[in-house]
Amino acid sequence: MSHILTLCYLIGSITFIIGLKMLSHPAKARKGNLVAAVGMAIAIFGTIFLYEEDGNKLGNYIWIFSGLIIGTVVGTLIAKKVKMTAMPQMVSLFNGMGGACAALISVIEFQHIAHNLSNDGGIIHQGILVSIFLGAIIGSISFAGSMIAWGKLNGNIKDFAYGGQQVTNVGLMLVILGIAAYLLFSLSPENAYWFYIIFGVSLLYGVLFVMPIGGADMPVVISLLNSFTGVAAACGGFLYDNKVMLTGGILVGAAGTLLTILMCNAMNRSLKNVLLGSFGGGTKSNAGNKEQGSYKEISLNDAATVLAYSSKVMIVPGYGLAVAQAQHTCHELEKLLEEKGVEVKYAIHPVAGRMPGHMNVLLAEADVSYDKLLEMEEANDEFKNTDVVLILGANDVVNPAAKNDPSSPIYGMPILEVEQAKNVIVNKRSMKPGYAGIENDLFFQPKTSMLFGDAKAALQKLVAEIKNV
Amino acid sequence: MQNILNLITEHEQIIYIVILMIFLGIEVIGKVPSVLHTPLMSGANAIHGVVIIGAIIVMGKAESDNYMALILGFLAVILGTLNVVGGFVVTDRMLEMFKKKK
Repeated sequence: MSHILTLCYLIGSITFIIGLKMLSHPAKARKGNLVAAVGMAIAIFGTIFLYEEDGNKLGNYIWIFSGLIIGTVVGTLIAKKVKMTAMPQMVSLFNGMGGACAALISVIEFQHIAHNLSNDGGIIHQGILVSIFLGAIIGSISFAGSMIAWGKLNGNIKDFAYGGQQVTNVGLMLVILGIAAYLLFSLSPENAYWFYIIFGVSLLYGVLFVMPIGGADMPVVISLLNSFTGVAAACGGFLYDNKVMLTGGILVGAAGTLLTILMCNAMNRSLKNVLLGSFGGGTKSNAGNKEQGSYKEISLNDAATVLAYSSKVMIVPGYGLAVAQAQHTCHELEKLLEEKGVEVKYAIHPVAGRMPGHMNVLLAEADVSYDKLLEMEEANDEFKNTDVVLILGANDVVNPAAKNDPSSPIYGMPILEVEQAKNVIVNKRSMKPGYAGIENDLFFQPKTSMLFGDAKAALQKLVAEIKNV
Repeated sequence: MQNILNLITEHEQIIYIVILMIFLGIEVIGKVPSVLHTPLMSGANAIHGVVIIGAIIVMGKAESDNYMALILGFLAVILGTLNVVGGFVVTDRMLEMFKKKK
């Protein structure tokens, strides 16, 4: 019987690898997700029915199946109901669940060991103890961190920074590692309760670790916590000598780490910079002092006329569009302009929206055709032939300072070079800087005009105006 | 020192798997276009839900009078299932939208 289980796990591991591979091709991605899901199901049901330890099969089927059913029903409902704009916090929430699951497994296994120890002074296997500790530490950090990230993206939790935050975090980590090392070499029934201190301090560490990081950096943090949970799952694989947990966990741990770095690169920031939060305060003040010219506003009527009589319009969607959930209205505008013979394309910056690739998902939801979305390089080639660029709630990704001003904190970040187009219309709610906290020279250039207002409301009015043109 | 060498010899297979998987994970993700970063993150999130297997083992081994283990294990199974099912369903929803266009 256990041979069949080995086969199940082998199939599971292979489907995870193939699934991830297929997820990297737009045409095969959905199938890849399905392949991984089928592999997961095989591994799960194989475990339930075939797993044996010392010749004993698993029991408590009622508990296991009720847990599975509750989790499936609730998980499906949440996942089906969530709005596309709320996707990042959804991923964070599910990630936290996985982290908590890993931490709970460690707690139960530790209780087991502590129990055996007080009964007959059983031998402590240090390798097992290490993976229990790591599972508990990483799992709790991931859980607590993900919950904070989820709260921040939902707007329930505000950023909270305080002096000496890094010192506190390093101190907490030393406490965690110190206790873990102490228990590793001198675990006895008397000091077993120290384990729960590790558990508690790790939770606290997770909270303090994410608390000071700004809301706009959350995607990076979620991606990082995602890879943490992968490692925590792999600790479980070590604990049970279970190859599918090990391969799945490490695979996600490695891939998640790389994805985190890719996200940071796209924003031209180092991971250290994001995590230690040295970006906020300091740079804001000195960029704010810079002399700025005046900007000009454009009326809805004029904007409508300019758009309707252009031959080529490029739309640059950003965070503001995502927040206002204006993707459907945006598609409406696009269709209307196309009917009037205007060529409309979208220029997508890699980090537009709330996560890399998030904007593509949002526009796809609104039925925008896939071949209208231009990636940054393509778009930059086309701007010089473009009559009007319509910027919807994007800011830092079109800031020319990233190219011209070496003193700017975003200097070197790849941007959409919209100033090459003949006209630029910027829709923003106010003149407030974007999340990088710096002024944008683009707004003060002669060819730029500002259209203030919430992206959705402004687009709706614009659509109405264009119908009248 | 002897302890460490013993540990390595004892877990030789696992250490090989870990090292190879690290490289494989990086290799597989390396070619992903930025368009797919969000679904990919979500898909990877679902895959680490494989931790549910640990929860099932813990749950299945728990003695029927050990209520602490039963309750915590039950909770772990629910949370793990949420991670797996929620993760895959959300990823599928995102990717479904991409496909419709073609």
